[in-house]
Amino acid sequence: MEYLGQYKAVYKAKSGCEDILAKAQDGGIVTSMFAYALETGIIDGAIVAGPGSEPYKPEPMIATTVEELFASRGTKYSVSPNLALIKEATRSYGLDKIGIVGTPCQIQAVRKGQLYPVGLRDVPDKIVLALGIFCMENFPYQGLFQMVEDHCATKIDNVTKMDIGKGKFSVYTERGVNSQIPLKVTHKYEQPGCHVCLDYVANMADISTGSVGTPDGWSTVFVRSAAGEAAFNKAVEAGWIIAESMDGVKPGLELVEKLATEKITKNQKYLEHRAHKDHAALKPLRNPYI
Amino acid sequence: MADKITVGHVHMSGCTGCLVSLADNYEGLLTILDKYADLVYCLTLADVRHIPKMDVALVEGSVCINDECSMEEILETRENAAIVVALGGCACYGNTTRFCRGGQQNQPQHEGYLPIGDLIKVDVYIPACAPTPQQIRNVCLMAYLLLKGNDEQKALATAYLTPLMNLAAAGTEACGCDLMTEVINQGLCCGCGSCAAACPVRAVTMQYGKPQIERDLCIKCGACYAQCPRSFFSFDVCGQYESITNLIAEVMKP
Repeated sequence: MEYLGQYKAVYKAKSGCEDILAKAQDGGIVTSMFAYALETGIIDGAIVAGPGSEPYKPEPMIATTVEELFASRGTKYSVSPNLALIKEATRSYGLDKIGIVGTPCQIQAVRKGQLYPVGLRDVPDKIVLALGIFCMENFPYQGLFQMVEDHCATKIDNVTKMDIGKGKFSVYTERGVNSQIPLKVTHKYEQPGCHVCLDYVANMADISTGSVGTPDGWSTVFVRSAAGEAAFNKAVEAGWIIAESMDGVKPGLELVEKLATEKITKNQKYLEHRAHKDHAALKPLRNPYI
Repeated sequence: MADKITVGHVHMSGCTGCLVSLADNYEGLLTILDKYADLVYCLTLADVRHIPKMDVALVEGSVCINDECSMEEILETRENAAIVVALGGCACYGNTTRFCRGGQQNQPQHEGYLPIGDLIKVDVYIPACAPTPQQIRNVCLMAYLLLKGNDEQKALATAYLTPLMNLAAAGTEACGCDLMTEVINQGLCCGCGSCAAACPVRAVTMQYGKPQIERDLCIKCGACYAQCPRSFFSFDVCGQYESITNLIAEVMKP
């Protein structure tokens, strides 16, 4: 329970919209929630990872229409600094009710920004829907590029989908070629800052979602806050999202909890290692959590 | 009311923008003054001429060490206040006054400026230029809970204020470079972009997922590092964001 954060409910869910599912990474939960929230005025804009100047290099963008939102579908396994737009959204974009999607660290940054708004005037009250995505680790773009082009021997321009699951990093192209490498090969390309992260399923989001735990084409969804619960239930009622019980779903919450435990335990060990307690001659590296 | 705390605003070498930020809580400031705090000193808003005893001193601006009266006032502030808060980038880190070097009429010898923490012990930092109204409000409310609340409220206020006290204990230097020296160089940057959003002069942009700092634009306010989730991050406090947000909304009702 501790590893999965606090939540009011957990579901096996997917989008009720075929258009969204067509290009969604998994169940299309983030796109559907934001589309519903935009259509009904729960939010007036969403900060999402849009397409960038290079293939699979995400660029944060503010979507104020469902059409704009659709450009952000699919996982890009590289860093999208979504928080960089959080203040601008309340300035030149003039938004009052902001949605933001992010990895666990980004959702942590959102909550810190709300409680300790040092340089984020007027931001705290304007964030109404923070959607978190499960995240084991991320890759700098150059690392991702090397994984795809060198290890998978696939031109990144031709890739239509990337996926991490079942111990493999997979790339798919339009012509159906599917190249896979074991995750072991990708470890050296991980962003070092990910190794101190103690959150797998975006514990501080209003709603968090990810692929692990549910069958292909579905997502595991944790509904956490009062705001998240209200929005999610309405989206289900309106047919934007199909939600089913997690009871009996394979591999289910057991696998989610196993992976969360693995990630957090491993990274806690790394934090202890950084303290250099066993090496009196080495000064400790900084720990942000103390 | 007897159970209010006493708060003063001390204006050193600042621009009054920090006080404007406090005032930009709009009716929220009136709620604070109605229920939680008496403003016992503030040259901009009231005619109390000398620094009185107070629970909390919100000090804005740095100190010109060539100006005797300023030196006396910062000392008097420390002696008269139970809690000294460095309000804003100038008081915490010097900010734009770091660039002062004298030579201007009609006090060309006014060239040395220091953040208040170089002259007195400071308890709490509220960095940034300008500090946000919401952050100042939160610190005022938490100071009230710390001094007047029950045990549970005191514990919450302590947990909330601790990172801002740690910033005060950590030093008086700030710069966009902190993102390099204290975050990226330390292997802690996760590329979230908070620093870029916090910077008031757009000196921080994100290049390939990492902050790129235009150091000649940076005014040394300390906002980027303080806002970074990898400078300090309290699971205790941030994990309770929902209840703390609700608590703040509740107590700020007029």
